Amino acid sequence: MKTAEIAQLLNEPACAHNRSEKSGCARTKPGATAGGCSFDGAQIALLPIADVAHIVHGPIGCSGASWDNRGARSSGPTLYRIGMTTDLTEQDVIMGRGEKRLFLAIKQAIDDYAPKAVFVYSTCVPALIGDDLEAVARAASARWGVPVVPVDCAGFYGTKNLGNRIAGEAMFKYVIGTREPAPVAASAHRPGIRVHDVNLIGEYNIAGEFWHVAPLFDELGLRILCTLSGDARFHEVQTMHRAEASMVVCAKALLNVARKLESDFGVPFFEGSFYGISDTSQAFRDFAHVLGDGDLTARTEAMIVREERSARAALEPWQARLAGKRVLLYTGGVKSWSVVSALQELGMTVVATGTKKSTEEDKARIREIMGEATQMITDGSPKALLQAYRDHQADILIAGGRNLYTAMKARIPFLDINQEREFGYAGYGGMLELVRQLALTLGSPVWQKVRAPAPWHAAAAVGDALPAAGAADA
Amino acid sequence: MPEILKRARPLAVNPLKAGQPIGAALAFLGLRQAIPMLHGSQGCTAFGKVFLVRHFREPIPLQTTAMDQVSTIMSADENVIEGLRVLCEKSRPEIIGLPTTGLSETQGCDVARLVREFRRRHPEFASTAVVPVNTPDYRGCLESGFALAVEAIIDTLLPAGPGTALAASDSRQVNVLASSMLTPGDVEAIKEWIEAFGLQPVFLPDLGDSLDGHLIDQDSTPLTLGGTPKAAVATLGGAAATVVIGRSLHKAADLLRARSGVPDCRFDHLLGLDACDAFTLALAEISGQPVPPVIERQRAQLQDAMVDTHFMTGFLRVGIAADPDLLLALAQLLAGVGGEIVAAVASTHADVLADLPAACVRIGDLEDLEHAARAQRAQLLVANSHAAPGAQRLQVPLLRAGFPQYDWVGGHARAWVGYRGARQALFDIANLVRENHHELPVHRSIYRVGDVDALARAPSGAGLAHH
Repeated sequence: MKTAEIAQLLNEPACAHNRSEKSGCARTKPGATAGGCSFDGAQIALLPIADVAHIVHGPIGCSGASWDNRGARSSGPTLYRIGMTTDLTEQDVIMGRGEKRLFLAIKQAIDDYAPKAVFVYSTCVPALIGDDLEAVARAASARWGVPVVPVDCAGFYGTKNLGNRIAGEAMFKYVIGTREPAPVAASAHRPGIRVHDVNLIGEYNIAGEFWHVAPLFDELGLRILCTLSGDARFHEVQTMHRAEASMVVCAKALLNVARKLESDFGVPFFEGSFYGISDTSQAFRDFAHVLGDGDLTARTEAMIVREERSARAALEPWQARLAGKRVLLYTGGVKSWSVVSALQELGMTVVATGTKKSTEEDKARIREIMGEATQMITDGSPKALLQAYRDHQADILIAGGRNLYTAMKARIPFLDINQEREFGYAGYGGMLELVRQLALTLGSPVWQKVRAPAPWHAAAAVGDALPAAGAADA
Repeated sequence: MPEILKRARPLAVNPLKAGQPIGAALAFLGLRQAIPMLHGSQGCTAFGKVFLVRHFREPIPLQTTAMDQVSTIMSADENVIEGLRVLCEKSRPEIIGLPTTGLSETQGCDVARLVREFRRRHPEFASTAVVPVNTPDYRGCLESGFALAVEAIIDTLLPAGPGTALAASDSRQVNVLASSMLTPGDVEAIKEWIEAFGLQPVFLPDLGDSLDGHLIDQDSTPLTLGGTPKAAVATLGGAAATVVIGRSLHKAADLLRARSGVPDCRFDHLLGLDACDAFTLALAEISGQPVPPVIERQRAQLQDAMVDTHFMTGFLRVGIAADPDLLLALAQLLAGVGGEIVAAVASTHADVLADLPAACVRIGDLEDLEHAARAQRAQLLVANSHAAPGAQRLQVPLLRAGFPQYDWVGGHARAWVGYRGARQALFDIANLVRENHHELPVHRSIYRVGDVDALARAPSGAGLAHH
């Protein structure tokens, strides 16, 4: 990928990071860098497309440690969970045999697994030795009659975030707009319900959580042409340009796709979240509003009343256990605010939130939701997080999986909010799961036992550093 | 000697292998107050970190030189110097491990020279040892990367010179070079074993002390929270003997012997009765003491378990996929109790494969294991967590071994070695086989009356025991 192309992606105009003096995604610092690379980001964005063979072109380091390690679920094909890599050898690198190996690898994948398409991800080593991914993909596609999509996402191009955009760009360049949607099946037509086609962008169906929400789309007559990319199929991505509206669910990740769908095909988009009762309701309201269908609006409002009532009733018995608990939230970008409202609805107090990956817009949103006095944390090192936990007398840390064992070592309650988690929190139904998991860790009897010293050391208490406000007295 | 089938297909499907840089990082994680920093793109480190965190369920200190587009082309030398400086300044580690990756090796970097350059420019950080090692991920596997790092640690931390041979005749110290196949639980078990003979083990590396999973008084530490201290490496020359476990470490062992002058004895593994006996005998010789009664008792317990479980392990058709050292260990354990290794897959080639008790071994991936296991009607798979979906498709049980084990709690704590470890392994294997025992298909006579709603039985599949 050319420097100019990377610069263009970094300067995503719809991304609020680029509106102030701070421009693009931040550069990385040797010896003090956390987080994945562009290849990682591209995989996160596209791997959930379930009927595609995803081939990682590179030495084993890229795929070997990462295949099938995320929680996106499929309602059908499981091909996306098969790890595929060219596993380049030293000879391939030195003799320049990578392209040939890739070409034959694509054939092998097609012969053995009959994929609807093959996505080929470039990594650092082939990018450095100059393998022409695009030419191989074109030749393979012509030879075997299966779409082969090159994703030029070498890790050294930059961060995970950039990788998300590269992935989106590849979809836009090679996939979106290459097929017309099938007509709505006769059996799916219901009298009085006009069907609207919509897209969801940046929803990954982690732990199957979108299935908490999907039935409501069906009920309202919203046909999801494509979710990019949770539980998606290749042919669905091809038809995204025909949607009447898109919702961007995880804002930063694939904003470029939404923006280009709007500019090139006139598909309007809005940003939203399915975490929390109010935000879920708002997402449906926004769809009705953007689609401009009065009848849909009326049915949406009725659905919201019904769902909110039953959700609140289901949450009610849990409320007492959670009300007043203090949360330290450390998570990226959009989740820094979208989860906040869900927690507030439970009567919890978010005492501080991480904003390392958040834009100015995200931060403004946080201030709007949490008040001006809100603490924003940018240093995500274990030490700094635990310091913030103590300073704010928090009861629980909510963060990504990478901080899970930081919390466990410090003997504090924790909720995993990222990619690898095993529980779905989206939608009205997801709130109940969220509450269960919060209550489970906050009220667990283990904390007291692991903080108390052994009886023969009773004088000096381990975990003294942690405040009494911790869950030990919950 | 088995036929060794080389990789024949262009695409690796469901990779078995993890790369050398992760293996090297793991070795450094067995050193005290240490942190590895991979010289590559930030992704190399991020993936490695997640891999190790999910396996050990521990925080894993691991940094990166964060090569980007510009430094990849123009030179990433400054990234290395700067990364080392930042780490020294921030957390004052005793040791920084510096493995390279496919990216930095393709670029063609000379890490040893960069470490010298760092020393010249930053004499203020002289107390931090820096161990560079070349570990491109287009060669070898986790096990070989680990072995290269152990060799590099000896090379950097043990002064050169003809055999220092400090060993006093009454030294009780035994050095243990421990390969990547040994879990923290294994390391603990071997320590007890050695101590039972009145000897003092010094492990290199010591994952049993750093990644065993224990809560500590501090909330957090940016470095390893245990492991072999730097100072202990310097004492290796004062030992009575060195024991080497795993053939992947032979080059490292050669170097240690040359540097320290300490005689060594080498073991391919410590799984199963024969291997345990050989090790016990060696310890008796090194210590000059008789075998303690407690070990005699454990041996008798293992023998009892072998007798009890041989009904389940005899003729058991097993498919195994692992790095070479571990593959040999598991295969010999199972073959030693009557099992048949009908499918064997190694992540990479190594001499040790020549001793495998199997007709053939393929250098390959978990798809190869699945295909071979299906063709050979294997009844049990032994492999890492990634083999679980394949085992499900084959409808056979999976015994988890090797890296990574992310869907299983406590894999890192399991002791495979020793008489007790072998006994537990046999119990577990026998139970897995029993649970999956397929009954004969029912025959219902045409003359029988009644029983109309009898349930249709599931067809018996590849997991049929005793056929």
